[in-house]
Amino acid sequence: MKIAVCIKRVPDSETRVKIGADGKSLDEAGVKFILNPYDEFAVEEALQRKEKAGAGEVVVIALGPAAAQETIRTALAMGADRGVLLQTDAIPADGLTAAKALAAELKDGGWNLILCGKIAIDDGNHQVGPMVAELLGLPCVTTVAHLDIADGKGTAEREIEGGVEVVEFPLPALLTCDKGLNEPRYPALKGIMAAKKKPLEVKPVTLGAGGVEVIAMTPPPERKDGRIVGEGAAAVPELIRLLREEAKVL
Amino acid sequence: MSDVLAVLEQRDGALRKVSYEVVTGARRLADALGGRVDALVLGAGPVKGADAVGGFGADTVITLTNAAFAAYAPEGCTHAIAARVKAGSYGAVVFAASATGKDLAPRVAAKLGVALAQDITDLAVEGGAVTVVRPVYAGKALLKLKLTGTPAVVSLRPNVFTPVQRPKAVAPETTAVDVPAVRVVVKQVKAAPAGALDVAEATIVISGGRGLKEPANFKVLEELAAAFGGRAAVGASRAVVDAGWRPHADQVGQTGKTVSPTLYIAVGISGAIQHLAGMRTSKVIVAINKDKDAPIFKVADYGIVGDLFEVVPQLAEGIRKLNG
Repeated sequence: MKIAVCIKRVPDSETRVKIGADGKSLDEAGVKFILNPYDEFAVEEALQRKEKAGAGEVVVIALGPAAAQETIRTALAMGADRGVLLQTDAIPADGLTAAKALAAELKDGGWNLILCGKIAIDDGNHQVGPMVAELLGLPCVTTVAHLDIADGKGTAEREIEGGVEVVEFPLPALLTCDKGLNEPRYPALKGIMAAKKKPLEVKPVTLGAGGVEVIAMTPPPERKDGRIVGEGAAAVPELIRLLREEAKVL
Repeated sequence: MSDVLAVLEQRDGALRKVSYEVVTGARRLADALGGRVDALVLGAGPVKGADAVGGFGADTVITLTNAAFAAYAPEGCTHAIAARVKAGSYGAVVFAASATGKDLAPRVAAKLGVALAQDITDLAVEGGAVTVVRPVYAGKALLKLKLTGTPAVVSLRPNVFTPVQRPKAVAPETTAVDVPAVRVVVKQVKAAPAGALDVAEATIVISGGRGLKEPANFKVLEELAAAFGGRAAVGASRAVVDAGWRPHADQVGQTGKTVSPTLYIAVGISGAIQHLAGMRTSKVIVAINKDKDAPIFKVADYGIVGDLFEVVPQLAEGIRKLNG
């Protein structure tokens, strides 16, 4: 099983967002960065598939700044075999530009499976995986929460509104991973030590302008101050009155 | 390049309501661009309810039929939609940011070689270009973007673009289309329990957190949801999903779903920053928590400090009386 996993370095989900001086991006001062949580499911799934097959290679590929080497090391510490950083100082706002860079690296790699997270929790673009698949002409299933693979064929389950789609596809394929697929392992000390010696190739990339221009990043509108209606069950009639007469939602 | 293609959604041969929102957003763009709205739906045959989008400003309703479209066929749909876009003169293509739309829009955009803005909450035309607003960092900031390519491809966050009546006499058109052999096939759709609404699409969401104390206690919230008569879904915080009390599909927050219901009721949820990110765009927020200092009260329009096991049943009773 030769598996590629596309990963991304993102701000931790508990980050308080402060907008940078350019008014268009995050102020990264003091921000803790992590491996995108949905990409952890992808790394874990790749490792389990390789273990099950008894042989193979798991390669993690990131597009990002030099600091994304740490993110790759995290995946290597989990058990991936080697990493590739497509190094660029600015992650494009245009998902297609990112997808083109990843597809160029993945092309002709002889992968049985390419895995991505379903979404990056920073820009929430929710598109790079299926775009890579389209560019490479691969079958693709997104937001996979359950996966069976046997005899060169896969069955995936993905959540839709009010149900679950059961999808069949042939390998090689690209899948994007959702929570529920597995429980990502924590890197053990041994893995962290081993990761330091695993190959990590850094390739500078030059990205095209893309079709998206950032105009501004702004804080979300402040919610107007709320109020405590009262204490305990006795406050319920007043709450219902306010929801009906003031908020007009009942 | 002034027309707008609105990609509608159907399931089991019937139009999904989110399609009205798609047409409403498309109409706004078409008015600004000075063009027509073509509504496009793909089905195995005629799609029930498709003509109704004329009520929301569609000029034409195009039904593309192929046996493969009985279930969602990502590859066949991508092929058919991209071909249709290339045949017209579209300035924009509008999808719903539903499970299907979010899967389909990137494929179509990549096939057309143009940029995509997913899950947008506002759109406009400025200086001839489509501009959009989309939440980033799960709603902790908003990003305003200009799409410089043509057509601009966007998907609209559900529940944000309130359908606006704009009655038009629609010209329906049905065309059978060929699609190449498909590799990815939806074999089956396992339906959720009858009546279960998705938290991302419900107009009322009642979410529970650790304050519920144990999984079985979620029945208190389910009873409140039932009191709203099928309009409410029950959501959950990350803590209780991670603990295995509730399915991931119900999780509201940065690593779950972002929701914008008319009414959001947070029960026994303290209000971690990643949870607030997922629900702060709700129109009205109610918090019920025993800790008066819980951060959830800072974003709530109305709060009740107290024991949820007393407050919630009382609220359910009140809502039942109102609806009864």
